[in-house]
Amino acid sequence: MGQELILKMEKISKAFPGVQALSKVDLEVYKGEILALVGENGAGKSTLMKILTGVYTKDEGKIIFKGKEIEPKNPHHAQQLGISMIYQEFNLVPNLDIATNIFLGNEPKRGKFLKVFDIKKAFKESEKLLEMIGLNISPDILIKDLTIAQQQMVEIAKALALKSELIIMDEPTSALAGKEVAKLFEIMKRLKNEGISIIFITHRLEEVFQIADRIVVLRDGQRVGELTCEENKIDEVIKLMVGRDVRVSPRIESKVDNVILEVKNLSSHAIKNINFSLRKGEVLGIAGLVGSGRTEIVRALFGADPKISGEIYIDGQKVEIKSPKDAVQLGIGLVPEDRKLQGLILSMALHENLSLPSLPSMFSNGIINFKREYKLVEDFVNRLRIRTPHIFQVVNNLSGGNQQKVVVAKWLALKPKVLILDEPTRGIDVGAKAEIHNLISELAKEGIGIILISSELPEILALSDRIIIISKGKITGELRREEANQEKIMQYAII
Amino acid sequence: MIKIKNAKVLRKGIYFRELNILLALIILSFGITIINPRFLSSFNLQIIARQVAIFGLLAIGETLVIIGGGIDLSVGSLVALTGVLVALFMKNGLSITISILIVLLISSLVGLWHGLFVTKLKVPPFIITLGTLTAARGLASVITKGWPIIGLPERFFFIGQGDIFGIPFPLIILILFAFIAFFITKYTVLGRQLYATGGNIEAARLSGIDVDKRRIFTYVSSSFLAGITGIIIASRLSQGQAGVGGGYELSAIAAAVIGGTSLSGGEGTILGTLIGAAIMSVIYNGLILLEISSYWHDVVMGLVIVTAVTLDIWRKRKRI
Repeated sequence: MGQELILKMEKISKAFPGVQALSKVDLEVYKGEILALVGENGAGKSTLMKILTGVYTKDEGKIIFKGKEIEPKNPHHAQQLGISMIYQEFNLVPNLDIATNIFLGNEPKRGKFLKVFDIKKAFKESEKLLEMIGLNISPDILIKDLTIAQQQMVEIAKALALKSELIIMDEPTSALAGKEVAKLFEIMKRLKNEGISIIFITHRLEEVFQIADRIVVLRDGQRVGELTCEENKIDEVIKLMVGRDVRVSPRIESKVDNVILEVKNLSSHAIKNINFSLRKGEVLGIAGLVGSGRTEIVRALFGADPKISGEIYIDGQKVEIKSPKDAVQLGIGLVPEDRKLQGLILSMALHENLSLPSLPSMFSNGIINFKREYKLVEDFVNRLRIRTPHIFQVVNNLSGGNQQKVVVAKWLALKPKVLILDEPTRGIDVGAKAEIHNLISELAKEGIGIILISSELPEILALSDRIIIISKGKITGELRREEANQEKIMQYAII
Repeated sequence: MIKIKNAKVLRKGIYFRELNILLALIILSFGITIINPRFLSSFNLQIIARQVAIFGLLAIGETLVIIGGGIDLSVGSLVALTGVLVALFMKNGLSITISILIVLLISSLVGLWHGLFVTKLKVPPFIITLGTLTAARGLASVITKGWPIIGLPERFFFIGQGDIFGIPFPLIILILFAFIAFFITKYTVLGRQLYATGGNIEAARLSGIDVDKRRIFTYVSSSFLAGITGIIIASRLSQGQAGVGGGYELSAIAAAVIGGTSLSGGEGTILGTLIGAAIMSVIYNGLILLEISSYWHDVVMGLVIVTAVTLDIWRKRKRI
């Protein structure tokens, strides 16, 4: 490895309202190096890369690229400086051909007065670039006719056309099959030999050891370690990734009663043959990486996604859940992962959001009795200590933690048998987090069966009686409370 | 404890916005009266009332659709088609009542058609109702072959031309339907679910609301009210005519938006819409009273619509 430094990020910090996303992170990349950047969800990888490509501005720190200090203003500016990023979601125009896409925003021009797109030159250059990365297809094919893997290669060609010297790849293998991954690695090696540096973000640790030269681990916005890839130390990396102190207070255990929910052979577009059961008063944790199918399991169960197969039993009775409406009528509540897009109607008032699922059962004649509605809402606002000036406050004006409490409250008001919580504490402050944790314990004690999905392993470990771990749409492991720890969960999660 | 004068907060919050536009209506009327005092003559007020009834009925339907997160561009043409059909049926010997009932059934079915396309086939509401905008008027012309259908039974004319104790009958129809719509939007579970559906369809669905049914309901309501309006206009003109109601869909949308309905869905009140319809009618009437050439009417209406929509967007942005 040439020891010429191409990028040096020094003491980069960034805060978002309520979170310190990065604190004093250093990162250096050498010329012709493949650097793997790993860490749990929320560790700060994306934030760091978004600062490097000018999507976010840093609060403090320095970026030195090719010996000069730079301040990328936006992704376009970063590209001009020689830094390109390939996102998980490609930035390609499906209805245009490869050559046009490669040179989009960077078109070769000809003509003196009226500069026009030099399509001939674009084609010639494209052919060269495609050959360089080993994609032997004509540049006049439309993007929509390519496979995902080929589209990714076009993205790489696009970065090369911009004469990038540093390419950031965000989870480039997540959408690829085994053979395609091998091909991608081949290309990465080729680029490396050309002297191009790559920052490779991934969750799949075994891949890291196949391709990367060096690994930098981030956790909770800090750089916690660096390893070379010569020795295979997956265990050590996992330890670095998850090794924070467990701050969540373990819950008061409740008496676990008979089975309330049973799921058999549940399959949907993203999950396959899922089997599990849930008891009264039990907290069942579902762990897994983002994109593993955790959310899709509960969405299929709740009727939010169409099922391909599967049977669901509630209290031993087989039930049909074709839509969320059926689920709600059967006493299942879902606190979805995105509270603003899926959990709340932001333009509506707190009281309207909170009572929404309960209205049909509360007022069977279809006419709302406001007194009863307000009473219900006030009860839950007090019980969950939702901080609001009055119950008619538009929910958009509440803080994240209080918004999340409204979403939880709207399901509690329905007196559910089963409550599903998908990332219930994401993006909320520490105080509200603790309150939600306590609430989960309390609800289990009252005999509600709870399914808890969380990316935060300490949270899952502290609250669950039992944990199932999902990877690639399947259950890969099940751990009882006594035997579970972060390392074991991670082992199953990256299978 | 949170029990702080909740009722008072609610009252204050809700009536404020409608007060604003009511004020605008009063100022507008006052201005026209100063220039032409005939504005307040009972004859002119009757004309305005009949115009308010037409805009109001269409705007109520439009408000329901927009609250539910859609848009209905077909109502102007549907007014023409239903007017022609009711005349055609009566001309062919059907009784007044039967003719009206069949026409209302047909217009409701058109709404069902819109609703099914939007919910089941996921066709954007703009497109499917734009299709009807063209097709319904075309069909009306096919039926009439360009000639108005005349010679309708005298008793039929009461609907559009008659009055009870000096109150124009169309206005009474408007008040009836406005009351029903007001009650639905404000006091029923259905109404609350409509706002939720338009406000955030995914969150509404995940809250156990049958969002498809709710949206279909809005399109059926809108088309049904267009049917009612078509009958009123046919009665008022004593004939079935394929050319009536041109551009009424935009007037209805403008009335709703002026009245505080948000084009992005989930917000709006029937009371506001009624005031909006009154403002639109007064502007129309004012243009005539001020003897402004009728060629200018569309120009002014266009400006009013653009202004109303811009204000809506601006209002939204200011809040965020």
